[in-house]
Amino acid sequence: MSTTAETGTAGAGTQGFGGVQARSDVTLNAPRIAIKNLEFFYGDNRALKGIDFNIPDRQVTGMIGPSGCGKSTLLRVLNRMYSLYPGQRATGEAMIDGMNIVAPDADLNALRAKIGMVFQKPTPFPMTIQENISFGIRLHEKLSRSQMDERIEWALTRAAIWDEVKDRLDASALGLSGGQQQRLCIARTIAVRPEVILFDEPTSALDPISTLKIEELIDELKRDFTIVIVTHNMQQAARCADQVAFFYLGELIEVAPAAQMFTAPKHPKTQEYITGRFG
Amino acid sequence: MSLSMTAGSVPGPRKDPEVAAALGRRRKRADRIVRALCVGSTLIGLAFLASILITLTYRGFTAMGPNVFTRVTAPPGSDGGLLNAIVGSLIQASLGTAIGTPIGMLVGTYLAEYARGSKFGNMVRFVSDILLSAPSILVGLFVYQILVLPFGGFSGWAGVVALAIIVIPVVVRTTEDMLTLIPNTLREAVIGLGSPKWKMIVFVCWKSAMSGIITGILLAIARVAGETAPLLFTSLGNNGWATDLTRPMASLPVAIYSMAGSPFEDWIALAWAGALLITLSVLALNILARTLLRGRK
Repeated sequence: MSTTAETGTAGAGTQGFGGVQARSDVTLNAPRIAIKNLEFFYGDNRALKGIDFNIPDRQVTGMIGPSGCGKSTLLRVLNRMYSLYPGQRATGEAMIDGMNIVAPDADLNALRAKIGMVFQKPTPFPMTIQENISFGIRLHEKLSRSQMDERIEWALTRAAIWDEVKDRLDASALGLSGGQQQRLCIARTIAVRPEVILFDEPTSALDPISTLKIEELIDELKRDFTIVIVTHNMQQAARCADQVAFFYLGELIEVAPAAQMFTAPKHPKTQEYITGRFG
Repeated sequence: MSLSMTAGSVPGPRKDPEVAAALGRRRKRADRIVRALCVGSTLIGLAFLASILITLTYRGFTAMGPNVFTRVTAPPGSDGGLLNAIVGSLIQASLGTAIGTPIGMLVGTYLAEYARGSKFGNMVRFVSDILLSAPSILVGLFVYQILVLPFGGFSGWAGVVALAIIVIPVVVRTTEDMLTLIPNTLREAVIGLGSPKWKMIVFVCWKSAMSGIITGILLAIARVAGETAPLLFTSLGNNGWATDLTRPMASLPVAIYSMAGSPFEDWIALAWAGALLITLSVLALNILARTLLRGRK
């Protein structure tokens, strides 16, 4: 994985813990999603235990922890992806705009339009580049031809891929490179104009250059969107996140502003994980 | 592995080069025998296949002529053709496919998208697989019972229904297989945009699986193109010109069946021509199916 690509710009942060330096030392905004006593079950297996924390508005929350710690599970709770699979359920509260995400009667299609998701592997649809973007928009809005074209250009521009695809919008999206496909997926997600974007290890299938582009993009997107990113890569969390949450065995061990997390982690488990002693 | 064992101390006597060489020779001999059996069997199979194809091609092409395509069946000795059988086969196979395909696709979609792992789904899959390998004469008898006897006679429609019943399990299988190949992450990506499930299936899953499903449909057509038994009990065959589906209708396999069994030289020749026609169209469908599959990488 690329970890050295950005050391030049990371120097602005405070002295790092275990060699990891957080770039962001901002104060946290008001909560966008408030999670209270959230629990999650795969059948009888409790995968998340009493999770409590806030996801700040228009900032990046990084979720870290070893494999199987529950960070991806939590992400999939936030847009109810788990509801696709029988036997999976969540209890507790995850409030957004006065609505509990995990409530059984939540309008899932509306919720998912509000909380978009970008996956680990690029998932272009078997359609043209243009149709990939318009598919999501058409699910929720009726736009005129020109409004649609405008929206598509906006989304592709925001995802930093417009210049690469503007001359071949009618070409199949499957012909793009992996990094381009991932940015197309980001464009597709923001085209629906969500408020929150969930990233599930968005760069783990990409090369270092594409990874850097996606990270820069996330930094740029947080002006308008609340972002939650799950990552296995500590340096990535340090580079991207304003708030970092550390999970272990289904529990939230520690959550803190990134600068604090990487300079003075409180919990010994966090220290061990950040310094690479396990995970 | 025992803890006391250290590097360099392998238990047992030293390797004897004589024994090793003898073992090597024995292995080579066994290898030669197995290989000879495999190659021999392949050659025998190929010889039969080649002799069938050569006879078929030779006798088929000898009998082939414009009359085959332009004239209907005529009494022996009066220069008839296979036009009625060709047209009858085209009508029945295409209508049978047109009826069986959507049903098969929807059942396959149900199995892959809605009933994965459910008891009922497993049962449907099991029944469909049985139907897939059931002798086609059973399908013919079944349709004879429900459509021919109650409605007072053989008809093209009965033939169409029989062929549709044969098409359905083939399409069910390929549709389900192709949909199962689609990674769940793609489904989640569609759902994650706030899409209802039916739009995910129709616009993304079917589209992803389309070339595979079409391949399955082509193979189903190839299968029904050569079916004789289900048609014998249903559309019966017809020596005259008939495009009326409510009456008995000719088809190539049934025409071959009745002509090849006759004592007349010219009818037997026509049967060979018909057999060649079916073989060539099945070959064309298979090539098309392979080309489509290769297109999906």
